[in-house]
Amino acid sequence: MITFILNNKTIKTPEHSGMTLLDFVRYEQRLTGTKIGCREGDCGACTVLVGTLENDTINYQTITSCISPLGNAHGKHIVTVEGTNLKDKLTAQQEAMKANYATQCGFCTPGFVVSLTGFALSNSEKNYSNALDAIGGNICRCTGYKAIEKAALQVCEQLHFSSEGLSTHQLIENEFIPAYFATITERLKDLEAKDINQPKGKYVSGGTDLYVQQADHLADNSVHLIAEKDYLKGISIENNSCTIGTNSTVSDLWNHNALNAYFPKLKDHLKLVSSEQIRNMASFGGNLVNASPIGDMTIFFLALNSAVTISDENGKERQTALKNFYQAYKTYDLNDGELLKSIHFKLPSKQSFFNFEKVCKRTHLDIASVNSAIHMSVENNIISEAHVSIGGVAAIPKYLHDTSKFLTGKSLTSETILEANTILQNEISPISDVRGTSDYKRLLGRQLFFAHFTELFPKQFTLNDFVQHA
Amino acid sequence: MHKNKSNSTLDSKLDAVSIALKQSIKNLDSYTHVRGESLYVDDVNVRQGTFHAVVFDSPKAHGKIKHIDYSKAEALEGVERIFTYKDVPGQNQIGGIIPDEPLFAEDDVHFWGMPIALIVAKSEFIARQARALIEIEIEDLPVITTAKQAKAKGSFINAPRSFSLGDSEKAFANCEYVFEGETFSNGQEHLYIESQGAYAEPLENGTIKITSSTQGPTSVQSITARVLGIAMHKIEVDVTRLGGGFGGKEDQATPWAVMAALATYHLNQSVKLILNRHDDLRMTGKRHPYESTYKIGLSKDLKIVAYEAEFLQNSGAAADLSPAIAERTLFHSTNSYFVPNVTTKVISCKTNLPPNTAFRGFGGPQGMFVIESAIAKAANEIGVSARTIQEANLLDENDTFSYGQIAKKVEAKNTWDSAKHIFNIDALEQEVEDFNKNNSVFKKGLALMPITFGISFTNTPMNHARALVHIYLDGSVGISTAAVEMGQGVNTKMMQIAADVFSIPISKIKIETTNTTRVANTSPSAASSTADLNGKATLMACNSLVERLKIVASEILSTSGNDISLQHESVYVNGEKSAMTWTELISNAMLKRVALTENAHYATPEIHFDKTKEKGHPFAYHVYGTAIITTTVDCTRGTYEFDSVKIVHDYGKSMSEGIDLGQVEGALAQGIGWMTMEEIAYNDDGKLLSNALSTYKIPDIFSVSKEVEVIPVETDGNDMAILKSKAVGEPPLMYGIGAYFALQNAIKAFNPNYDLKFHAPLTPEKTLMALYENKHL
Repeated sequence: MITFILNNKTIKTPEHSGMTLLDFVRYEQRLTGTKIGCREGDCGACTVLVGTLENDTINYQTITSCISPLGNAHGKHIVTVEGTNLKDKLTAQQEAMKANYATQCGFCTPGFVVSLTGFALSNSEKNYSNALDAIGGNICRCTGYKAIEKAALQVCEQLHFSSEGLSTHQLIENEFIPAYFATITERLKDLEAKDINQPKGKYVSGGTDLYVQQADHLADNSVHLIAEKDYLKGISIENNSCTIGTNSTVSDLWNHNALNAYFPKLKDHLKLVSSEQIRNMASFGGNLVNASPIGDMTIFFLALNSAVTISDENGKERQTALKNFYQAYKTYDLNDGELLKSIHFKLPSKQSFFNFEKVCKRTHLDIASVNSAIHMSVENNIISEAHVSIGGVAAIPKYLHDTSKFLTGKSLTSETILEANTILQNEISPISDVRGTSDYKRLLGRQLFFAHFTELFPKQFTLNDFVQHA
Repeated sequence: MHKNKSNSTLDSKLDAVSIALKQSIKNLDSYTHVRGESLYVDDVNVRQGTFHAVVFDSPKAHGKIKHIDYSKAEALEGVERIFTYKDVPGQNQIGGIIPDEPLFAEDDVHFWGMPIALIVAKSEFIARQARALIEIEIEDLPVITTAKQAKAKGSFINAPRSFSLGDSEKAFANCEYVFEGETFSNGQEHLYIESQGAYAEPLENGTIKITSSTQGPTSVQSITARVLGIAMHKIEVDVTRLGGGFGGKEDQATPWAVMAALATYHLNQSVKLILNRHDDLRMTGKRHPYESTYKIGLSKDLKIVAYEAEFLQNSGAAADLSPAIAERTLFHSTNSYFVPNVTTKVISCKTNLPPNTAFRGFGGPQGMFVIESAIAKAANEIGVSARTIQEANLLDENDTFSYGQIAKKVEAKNTWDSAKHIFNIDALEQEVEDFNKNNSVFKKGLALMPITFGISFTNTPMNHARALVHIYLDGSVGISTAAVEMGQGVNTKMMQIAADVFSIPISKIKIETTNTTRVANTSPSAASSTADLNGKATLMACNSLVERLKIVASEILSTSGNDISLQHESVYVNGEKSAMTWTELISNAMLKRVALTENAHYATPEIHFDKTKEKGHPFAYHVYGTAIITTTVDCTRGTYEFDSVKIVHDYGKSMSEGIDLGQVEGALAQGIGWMTMEEIAYNDDGKLLSNALSTYKIPDIFSVSKEVEVIPVETDGNDMAILKSKAVGEPPLMYGIGAYFALQNAIKAFNPNYDLKFHAPLTPEKTLMALYENKHL
């Protein structure tokens, strides 16, 4: 039985764990405030909160329920818009939406309200920028967002721009959430949510990709949920090396203090990766085995010259370099029954530089036309080591062997970079598709390659050094 | 005459009363919206045993159906029945303007996504599984995806239309400058977040009730009756609200409602049909792509002396609303400018795309994009700024439009000058120039965009509405109109009118669902006219009731009806509050057997249009405005942001400032989206490639302009508008056209070798290619 708390009610359901959480709340529980916009995690109309018990407190995150398996709710507190409602009055965030005319047709509105509630409940600093991030995955077709921005600002004001947020008690007191939230910690502890028996079937972690591709199949066949498997979790740092369990989400990385110190622009980079709702669910392992030639995190880790640990059904492990993992379009070095366990890489040092670039039609919550990452060490203006990756220009997420090799040992000059671009252009083979023509991708590949250097060495290089002005 | 007089007195009284209201009233629905308690089609509680339906559609854009095998699908457990054209008891025909569109394909398919059959099953999931089991064989026929291809092959929807004023051919001979060129503007997906859907249930005596997400309940009713071969009174259509429409549910909500009703007709069981997003994107039409050519002639002092344009409209596989949309392209082809010699022609080209349809602006934006392109081209060639040419040609009082209407109460120059002064255009331009001088990696661009948009259905007979107002015996009020609430706030406006006239609190007023049994034979909620038409009718109905109530009060209070007024929920005599409350007044009216129900009919006066001459006075009035758009382009990556959009807009006298501002901001974002990131793509086989939200991007919160400032222009308003509050739904979308030209100016600042192109949307891809066009390493 899948057991969880839905709003203020304990649920025990024999439903198939592969059905989407959205279908369960809307059609089994008739909580119709959770809307269906796209069933792809691309609009946020179905946003719900997931509360996870962690050391006596509950960590709430927003997710898009359309691409989340019901089984992942096991042991959690799931909150729909109805579960945020107060009796006969509006919460602070609902009032902010109303007062600022931030709702027109109203169809996207519950999603925004839940995302703002998630923001109020989160540990993040209550500033305007974080508020916008919290609703960045919610699409509205009516308002043009300006009224929603005002509502978000009002919510920040009412949270007093506090650095760590308010306690559950304070949030109840100030009418952000209903009083029953105070009981959830104890109730989750008491919840008899034993590990659900996992049948053999398709491995599913966050589900963010699989449910976009094959929701019907997963709803009708057995799935093996792995999101809660502890041995696939965790981020550890030892001897300048980092190991990340493949179940870790993008948000886990986002929130990791030490990693943010090693990658000072980590949040800027990760902000380009999907939306907060998706980052809260999407696992690294999923991004890697999706094998999309344009997978953001894959490109990120390729430039870190990462290795992956693969484990079989008997727990036997083997390692391979990520750059050798991909063999052809959507084909990779993983046998039946094997699972990606972790990824590890050397952390940037004082002499090394990392950058990630991504361009798409829409800067946020979009799939790249081309993305690229670089990690290079420079000593006395000599490139001692370089790893460059690029996505969207080949059948696989591409580690640029030749370009990386060429750069190694060269002095860091514009001539080197221009010559490296020629090699890069020979290494890539973009095709024309809905993300752009091949000519565009070649040009963009060049530009993003140049951008790595203007970003990392702004005093040394400007765009003009690479691009001749007419 | 008497009625008109009393209306205008009421209007002026309301001006005063509504000042307090208009500032404090929030969207009527916002309380339930934010709580997730508002009901949409898919939220309606369905009857036990309801079936769910999925549409089986053509996997080819053009061909002959050789063979279809439904046997495996029919055999699937849980499948109730599969319906095709053979099950249509009436006409298999849903075309509105021209009967050229079958509900279900018969022998041929004409677009990828064309409905062929309806699978009805115990669940949507089963119906979808069954769909995958249908085998179809189609013999390919040549596919046309562009208007130009259609023109070359002589594939048209109807005869071309042409407007003319003066003699453009002669006038070109005397022009100092003449320029010609081509433009393209792509389609646009509506992307209402609530996809299309309907729920049909059988009532007694063969009556069917349809709950539909439609902007046109009467259209759903009449087409369903036609397809089922039964009388309209057997079909009841009810609409609570729409999760967005934008024109996409004006005509194209109909087929799904008809299909659900057809299945209900046969099965005598309720049936729900909600399109999933992929089906919706694939099967429904969008804003029309236009391929156009223009010729513009200017005098030495930059007056546009002559303008010619030919618009090739990509209408898709059936007429839908294309002829009406084509017509509006002609109406707005000169935007806010007076041009004495104009010849314009529009050709609705039949292609193998889904029938394209209404989308906010309704062909107007496509027309305006062309003349703005022509001006940009001329400015670039002559070596002046586009603003100079725009400014030299702005419409003036008593100028003639190419369709013969004389421009009255024109605010084109007023909004233009106000925008220039309020926002200090010289300083803004200087800022852009300085920035570009000091930055080589980022470049800014600025453009002005004036708009002039005519209000009324251009098909004159459609400009009418009715309101049915009940005062219940406890003094509460229920109002039914033809207006469909889809986020534009029309229900709030209707409620404001009644609250003002009756002088009762809004809690005493309920706006009912839009229902064909209460208000019949309606025009769709479209053309920005919904509040005007239905508001005027509501005003008339409430006014009649008040007149009647005054007589009741005067009889009881032994005074003349002229001395009575209703204020603050009480009866006033000569301005003094009497003891009689609103509720008591209603009780007394009941005792005196006075009718507390009123049905009023409003038809827009003065308008007319003669299609044989292509001249007339089609619009009740025009809406004006001017926007200044500034953008910053990242010349490394080809990406861009919009720094600000500063607008002076002609609201008339806005009756609901918060709601109207929301319309401007929302329309602007859609307009900029159309011009920048929203890119519809079909392959040569006519298959939609931008077939999901992952491949079709609409603006998100990070991509809208950082700053949007909207200043209302001071005007007297227009009596043809409800309470002088002008229509606001569509016009502001066209401010977004300025985004294209602002971007192009920024590109030009980086790359002087760039040849201007007028090919919207100007995506990051096209921007990057333009930045590096003729610019080699």
